[in-house]
Amino acid sequence: MSLEQFKNRNVGTQNYTMLDLGESPKTGWDRFKQVARRSVKLELFTGLKVTFREMIKALFMGEMHTVKYPFEKLPISPRYRAIHEMKRLLESGHYRCIGCGLCEKICIADCIRMDTRYDENQRKEVSEYTINFGRCIFCGYCAEVCPELAIVHGGRYENASEQRASFALFEDMLTPLDQLNQQQEFPGYGAVSPDADKKIKKTPLAY
Amino acid sequence: MDGYIIATVIKAVLVLSIIAALAGFGTYLERKVLAFMQRRLGPMHVGPYGLLQLAADGIKLFTKEDFIPSGANRLIFMIAPMITAATAFIALAAVPLLPEFTLFGVTVKPIISDLDIGILFVLGMMAAGLYGPLLAGMAQDNKWGLLGAARTAAVFLSYEVVTGLSILAPIMIVGSLSLIDFNNYQAGGMGDWLIWKQPLAFVLFLIAGFAETNRTPFDLIENESEIIAGYATEYSGMRWGMFFIGEYANMITIGFLASLVFLGGFNDWGFLPGGLAILLKVSFFFFFMLWVRASWPHIRPDQLMWLCWKVLMPLAVINVTITGFVMMV
Ligand code: SF4
Ligand code: SF4
Repeated sequence: MSLEQFKNRNVGTQNYTMLDLGESPKTGWDRFKQVARRSVKLELFTGLKVTFREMIKALFMGEMHTVKYPFEKLPISPRYRAIHEMKRLLESGHYRCIGCGLCEKICIADCIRMDTRYDENQRKEVSEYTINFGRCIFCGYCAEVCPELAIVHGGRYENASEQRASFALFEDMLTPLDQLNQQQEFPGYGAVSPDADKKIKKTPLAY
Repeated sequence: MDGYIIATVIKAVLVLSIIAALAGFGTYLERKVLAFMQRRLGPMHVGPYGLLQLAADGIKLFTKEDFIPSGANRLIFMIAPMITAATAFIALAAVPLLPEFTLFGVTVKPIISDLDIGILFVLGMMAAGLYGPLLAGMAQDNKWGLLGAARTAAVFLSYEVVTGLSILAPIMIVGSLSLIDFNNYQAGGMGDWLIWKQPLAFVLFLIAGFAETNRTPFDLIENESEIIAGYATEYSGMRWGMFFIGEYANMITIGFLASLVFLGGFNDWGFLPGGLAILLKVSFFFFFMLWVRASWPHIRPDQLMWLCWKVLMPLAVINVTITGFVMMV
């Protein structure tokens, strides 16, 4: 369909397919004939047949439509971007976030709050990290700006919770350690490159 | 005499409790059947297959606030639901529910009172039940209720004529108004059923029965999409529940009437014993009402009146006339 056709809103100029409704009765006699014809043809039973067929399909042919939602879930599109996930490094299991603060800076809804400190090795560690999902507009800027691909959008779409804190804490968004091998990766800077194995060289560590 | 009174009281209590329970169970069946016909599951989570949904609904209805609007006529508002529920059960008094059976050496007639005007009494009681919606709608000081009441009156006048006239032809053939006589008339197996002699009367009676119980396609006195809940708009809790139970009891009564008058009643049906046969027939009619609700759209009040006065009533009169001629010849 071309754009012109799409933009044409003038009803009647498009090529609609008309339903064949037959002649509508004009005189009283015509109307009477229509009623009589429809009653004798038992058109009402067609409706009964349809619903009965659906019932048989649902009960005996496994075509029930109901998804028992909280227990069963429909698969969601892989392109869906919902509640954030914090990723871990595959090798060490340490979280990837380096505490640079770019996501906090760029967030246009101003809903990321983070704090960092030096750990015992004088390295930066994230001590606080929360996202206020009541304000987040899921614009994706934080994931875009993150230099380490540490914060990404995941597929978790159930945003109802008794408290914001229930899923806004760093630990809740972080990949659980025992599921590290199932961690889903997104291509981009910071991710494991597809040809990572080839690139790895043995480096002598001790001289 | 004492024995008779005690037996009658026991029967009345039994019928009341069983039919009330069945009416409650009917709401569960209705939800399930409608759900299946739309390929849904229906109630599933309260108890096995949602069976305890009934108990949950009962608790909800009993504990809900009993609300009476300030502008309402309190007395009439309060007794209107009782009229519906009571008449629905009184109507069942003259309906033979099962064939006679013997229990502990006593022959039990499962009919509370074998009136010789049985069918007239049943239809009259069900018609009187319409005072429930009528009074409820007018007493509640709500325009939706008033519309519901107005529709009740219009609908009532239209179909009651059809009910009476359609049942007249079978009455002429049987020559009695007692439902037991109707049943005995059709004792000779399936070929004796009145539906073969009076197919038109059967269809007319069934259509009028749908209007009588105000089921889809004639559910216009409490039509949610047009007039909120019609006569029941201001009702809550158990008062609303009484309307509901009355409606389902009426559905069961219409099922019994149709089976007794047209489908051979509780006579043995082939290898099926009579008691089972009538239960099957009544269940079919109940299912048919739900089936129709799932399939057909409802009609406007003017269409219902058009149908009743201009189509069904002439047909019923013609049917009665022809039956009369055939019987004279
Ligand atoms: S998605 Fe947008 S609004 Fe939400 S936290 Fe990231 S930058 Fe802020
Ligand atoms: S931009 Fe990435 S690395 Fe920097 S603080 Fe945010 S999540 Fe951590």
